[in-house]
Amino acid sequence: MSDNAAHIDNLRYRCQLHQSDAERNEETHPLTWRLRDDNTLVALDDYVGKDGYTAVANTLKGMSPADVIAQMKKANVRGRGGAGFSAGVKWGLTLQGDALPRGYIVCNADEMEPGTFKDRLLLEQLPHLLIEGMILAAYANNAKMGYIFLRGEYREAARAITIALGEAREAGWLGDNIAGSGFDFDVVLHTGAGRYICGEETALINSLEGQRANPRAKPPFPGQSGAWGKPTVVNNVETLCNVPAVMRHGAEWYQSLSGGLSDDGGTKLYGVSGRVNRPGLWELPIGTSGTELLDRAGGIRDGRALKTWLPGGGSTGFLLPEHLKLALDFDTIGKQGSRLGTGLLAVVTDEQSVVSLVRNLEMFFARESCGWCTPCRDGLPWTVKLLQALERGEGRQSDIAMLGKLAGDLGPGKTFCAHAPGAAMPLESALRYFRSEFEQGVSQSSRHAAAEPLPAGGA
Amino acid sequence: MTIETATSDSSRSIATDRDGFELHPDDRAEIEHERGHYEQPQAACIEALKIVQRRHGWVPDGAIPAIAEVLGIGPASVEGVATFYSLIFRQPVGRHVILICDSSSCFLTGYEALKDAIADALDIGYGETTADNRFTLLPVCCLGACDRGPALMIDDDTYGPVMPEDVSRLLEVYT
Repeated sequence: MSDNAAHIDNLRYRCQLHQSDAERNEETHPLTWRLRDDNTLVALDDYVGKDGYTAVANTLKGMSPADVIAQMKKANVRGRGGAGFSAGVKWGLTLQGDALPRGYIVCNADEMEPGTFKDRLLLEQLPHLLIEGMILAAYANNAKMGYIFLRGEYREAARAITIALGEAREAGWLGDNIAGSGFDFDVVLHTGAGRYICGEETALINSLEGQRANPRAKPPFPGQSGAWGKPTVVNNVETLCNVPAVMRHGAEWYQSLSGGLSDDGGTKLYGVSGRVNRPGLWELPIGTSGTELLDRAGGIRDGRALKTWLPGGGSTGFLLPEHLKLALDFDTIGKQGSRLGTGLLAVVTDEQSVVSLVRNLEMFFARESCGWCTPCRDGLPWTVKLLQALERGEGRQSDIAMLGKLAGDLGPGKTFCAHAPGAAMPLESALRYFRSEFEQGVSQSSRHAAAEPLPAGGA
Repeated sequence: MTIETATSDSSRSIATDRDGFELHPDDRAEIEHERGHYEQPQAACIEALKIVQRRHGWVPDGAIPAIAEVLGIGPASVEGVATFYSLIFRQPVGRHVILICDSSSCFLTGYEALKDAIADALDIGYGETTADNRFTLLPVCCLGACDRGPALMIDDDTYGPVMPEDVSRLLEVYT
């Protein structure tokens, strides 16, 4: 290989967990213990050799769908896509019965939340774990068909999933009469064509149906009327990948994985990005602290200090260094006015501007608004314009109040879906914690002028 | 014949004339196969657009009614979808498409300098194609490569971290 080819090869992105084989085992790392140290696909033989698909074989033979849902409720697997809603409760609300048509299991593999790179690992290297989780979900929810809604840019994941689906079908884990149980189910890979909003579960269903990805009104919830009007369960990749271990080892065992760190059970794929020495991804007990994560990430780069951090994506609220000691779980982070989200920390260092970062985030949300409802479509570009003015030092005193008002007007319950409330969260928290940085963006002339009133319609 | 529309995102008329465009038989067969994966044929619409784009590099006007016919839906439905999704190109693009991640983690690790280096090297901005038709430059949502930011994709390949000094050697690979 020439020097240049070697250099280019080094630049190639390779997804990997930052925990060696020695650190991971079946008892403590239900998601990742089967990963190979060479970071390549865990093929069917390898997966089955590590007890893969035994949860399907045993569950379909020995448990009723109602038993599966009860076990999932008891394990309290909270939605790993970021919302934290109990998967078991969601399944329990899905309509099923002899008089109803069989519905769908849809895996949300549209990972596009800024700062989130966890599902990619499971999709590229452990697609059989996902397929096994989907079969169990289908059995519990009486689904006839599953779709993996994969973002179009995840080419390596598409390749791995295609291989795994072929292997699983050939081995009889998908198709008619799975493992002699009489249960039929198959999975189709559906790849997307961009747009963050596809990650919203009802927009995802519209996209799956070949329509523009505008969200749908709820109710009806997808579990009542989803894809093509049928009962539909939409679960995140990591959520579904937890299901086989819950079925194999039980709800009590799953609960115990967090070892007293959290009221929640299980592990979490946590990560750190930004200017740290060893950014990466780890499977750790849910409730692990930000301090431990930052330590695993080798601390802040270049001798700088931590200014603030986002706990789990662009649609979560900023937290301060003092919050690092908290358990990274849904309730603890929620109590601080933020959200755990996807649990992948983005670290902001002391020399980085919060105003600029918020401008970058709001540009993202403005661009990715589907345009369906007015507050989101027009409010988000408005925040961008105000933030750009402040970033240039050309803001007016009233801009800060207007940003605060917009953060409220874009908040929960004011828009058609959760897109704008997600965008409002970093904005609101940045204004709360870093007001002085916004004030520095007010122009000298405006600073000396009398306080300007809010425009008509103001608070 | 064209139908004038007044949609919010485009004043462009919807192509209903195939303008001599014929689906390649392999593409038609693939679209028909995809159609079978869903309860309704409309669901294969995005995949159909991607199939056409894979062959032509973009989705020419005449492909819209051609896809509509295979799926038994209206051309406006196909165009509405084609113009919604960022990875469906309704204008010609270069032989290689560069997608730069401009989301928060790559912002924190310096994508702006990377974007400037590429824009300078190729003398194009977002949405533009080089005069020799070699590259088109576009931003993209968080690529999920945040542990190796700043990240970008060129065609099917994902790279990261890419520093401004890597740009010329990286672009050389794509002729």
